[in-house]
Amino acid sequence: MNRIRKTGKQERFESGNHESRKPKQFRCFPVSWLPDFLLILSCAPAFLINSCSAADVVVGSKKFTESYVLGEIAKRSLNDAAIPAEHRQGMGGTIILWEALRAGQIDVYPEYTGTIATEILKSASSVSLDQIRNSLEKVGVGMTAPLGFNNTYALVMRRSEAQRLGIRAISDLQKYPDLKIGLTHEFLERQDGWRPLRERYGLPQQNIIGIDHALGYSALANGSIDVKDAYSTDAKIEETDLVVIEDDLQFFPKYEAVFLFRSSTRADAIAALRRLGGTLDETQMIRLNAEAERTKNYARAADLYFNVGGALAPRWSGHSGTSYFSDSFPRKLARWTLRHLQLAGFSLLLSIIVGIPLGIVASRGGAIGHIILGFAGVVQTIPSLALLALLVPLPFFGISIRTAIAALFLYGLLPIVRNTATGLQDIPRALRESAVALGLSPIARLWKIYLPMASRSILSGIKTSAVINIGTATLAALIGAGGLGEPIISGLNLNDHVTILEGAIPAAVLALLVQWCFDMLDRVLIPKGLRI
Amino acid sequence: MSALVKLEDVSKRYGEAIALDSTNLSVESGKTTVLIGPSGCGKSTLLRLIIRLIAPDSGSIELDGKPVTPDNVSALRRRIGYVIQEGGLFPHLTTRANVLLMARHIGKPEEETHNRLLELCELTRFSQNLLARYPLELSGGQRQRVSLMRALMLSPELLLLDEPLGALDPLVRASLQTDLKEIFTRLGQTVLFVTHDLAEAIYFADEIVLMNEGRIVQKGAISDLRKRPADPFVSKFINAQRGIAGV
Repeated sequence: MNRIRKTGKQERFESGNHESRKPKQFRCFPVSWLPDFLLILSCAPAFLINSCSAADVVVGSKKFTESYVLGEIAKRSLNDAAIPAEHRQGMGGTIILWEALRAGQIDVYPEYTGTIATEILKSASSVSLDQIRNSLEKVGVGMTAPLGFNNTYALVMRRSEAQRLGIRAISDLQKYPDLKIGLTHEFLERQDGWRPLRERYGLPQQNIIGIDHALGYSALANGSIDVKDAYSTDAKIEETDLVVIEDDLQFFPKYEAVFLFRSSTRADAIAALRRLGGTLDETQMIRLNAEAERTKNYARAADLYFNVGGALAPRWSGHSGTSYFSDSFPRKLARWTLRHLQLAGFSLLLSIIVGIPLGIVASRGGAIGHIILGFAGVVQTIPSLALLALLVPLPFFGISIRTAIAALFLYGLLPIVRNTATGLQDIPRALRESAVALGLSPIARLWKIYLPMASRSILSGIKTSAVINIGTATLAALIGAGGLGEPIISGLNLNDHVTILEGAIPAAVLALLVQWCFDMLDRVLIPKGLRI
Repeated sequence: MSALVKLEDVSKRYGEAIALDSTNLSVESGKTTVLIGPSGCGKSTLLRLIIRLIAPDSGSIELDGKPVTPDNVSALRRRIGYVIQEGGLFPHLTTRANVLLMARHIGKPEEETHNRLLELCELTRFSQNLLARYPLELSGGQRQRVSLMRALMLSPELLLLDEPLGALDPLVRASLQTDLKEIFTRLGQTVLFVTHDLAEAIYFADEIVLMNEGRIVQKGAISDLRKRPADPFVSKFINAQRGIAGV
């Protein structure tokens, strides 16, 4: 895994690989999205706790490779100027860093002009540098000159494919409506993302899926998709022989990297930071990112900068417009919900078909029974994101709805297996023996006596599975399988609560509805004699 | 008199505990044989061995001259009716479905089974109006009548009753005793009846089999047991219940 990027949007993707670093909450995944979500929220206050520091200047960074590297560079520069400085790596997203800066928990952090304009100042992304600087001064924050590279969004393709089709610029995509496009959820929803891009260029492609950034590179490599969004200084572009398609209509805003600092920071520190302006170009930033990804050693990547000296031009960098279009929201909601029900429904059906027979076998106890219950229990303890990640590399699965259904199926198994086994075991011995003594064949005993008597327990297991599946299915959006997870993941990436709720509320309502439907179903499926 | 059921040297133990010591017993056709004895004496074990809910450790059990084996046990079970104290009715099935369960399973014609059901209702004095009810909607006495109907549905050669009246209050119990005895007589039914109540045993028994600690202590008519006790336990058991039995 790799992640190199920079800006607000990318933050989420990266979190996975900075194992050794601090906040890794993004990928500590529990079974459903809800705990993930809470963990993510919980990392917000994390920086508030360790706010006191011995160093004179505290540098913060966001949760992705490029921000770590820039943070290291700032710290090194300050230390070289004999200023005690400390780097708090990967504190979170834009809003967290900005608030930490305002509150004085940190003094400096790397940011991108597009992000400052749209996300922090809530203005158009086209405002000039001077306008940005003036607005920031009013709140006691200073900004260095651009470091020299622009980390913006870009569309990338396999180099071979682009050459074959003769695609050089985004306008060229108009001629190929059948290209499969995989986009990060954030890019799909951003104000400066897919929709306006498609309008500006008049792109005809219909085959668009939402997919996690890092997984998208695998999908691109194996041909599952032909085009994806990327960050222009992403080391992956060179590593995997991709080519950036030229933004010939200059659609993407500028995301030039700068350092933001508190105006009250000691003057020699500000001077040291200002000296970094114009010293790091795009090519070099890609190199530093690649080095950081390769070695997972951000300080060492920063060393490269000092060895080589300054740099040249930038590519683009972060940003993060946060708002979310609500055009035809009911239609989107219907689409998400339908897909969500497909995911949860199919997987539940599989869980039932496989789970009940397994439960019957398990109810007999013995070694096999223990193995079955043990297996189902172990599957349940695998974090859902980890399970998805384990399935994706397998040949049959990959980036597809199959993978999501397979993972949900495995999660749905345990409640059904266990409740079937328990329901059968709870049948009183006298009744089991009566069935035997009557002379019923084993199959008839199971079918006519035992299963109906265990129906309440089995149905309640199915109900539990259904509700779990509705919740866990929100993670399917991470691998492009869609569903109500799409707005949730987009919202998390954009730090936009409204968007999160557009997925979270329907998912919760769906879970309640499913629960209610099963309660109704109980009355039909549980024999009347058991409900007296 | 021919023996419908014959046990030869049958024994069963659970770990160190002997449930049934090496035992011989014949159940005469057309008679009611009552197994009696204190709790844990092995009388229920003996019944469960005959219908092979449990397998004997040793010895052989014959039904109508044929040894009961795992292979033929399913067919043999259909020739045996079995009623337990709690009735053993399936709560998810109506009374009618409980009684007809086996007949339907082996594909008996509906008309034949329906007629048989009406016959059994009359025989056991069970109101046809209650056939649509579920077991939980019936009284204890009604449930035992249904259980008896289920056991008699396929006209079994042997009826095994394991304390069938043990959970009923005295009035219901007395009326069921009367009805049961009349049914046995009318059908000329071979019955093996387990109880721990001496009065009940005397009321039903053509032959009483007194058991203790996994062994048969004495068998015969009550007068034999009273006048010629095989060992002190027999007298002790009979005397202990004299007041209740009124003998």
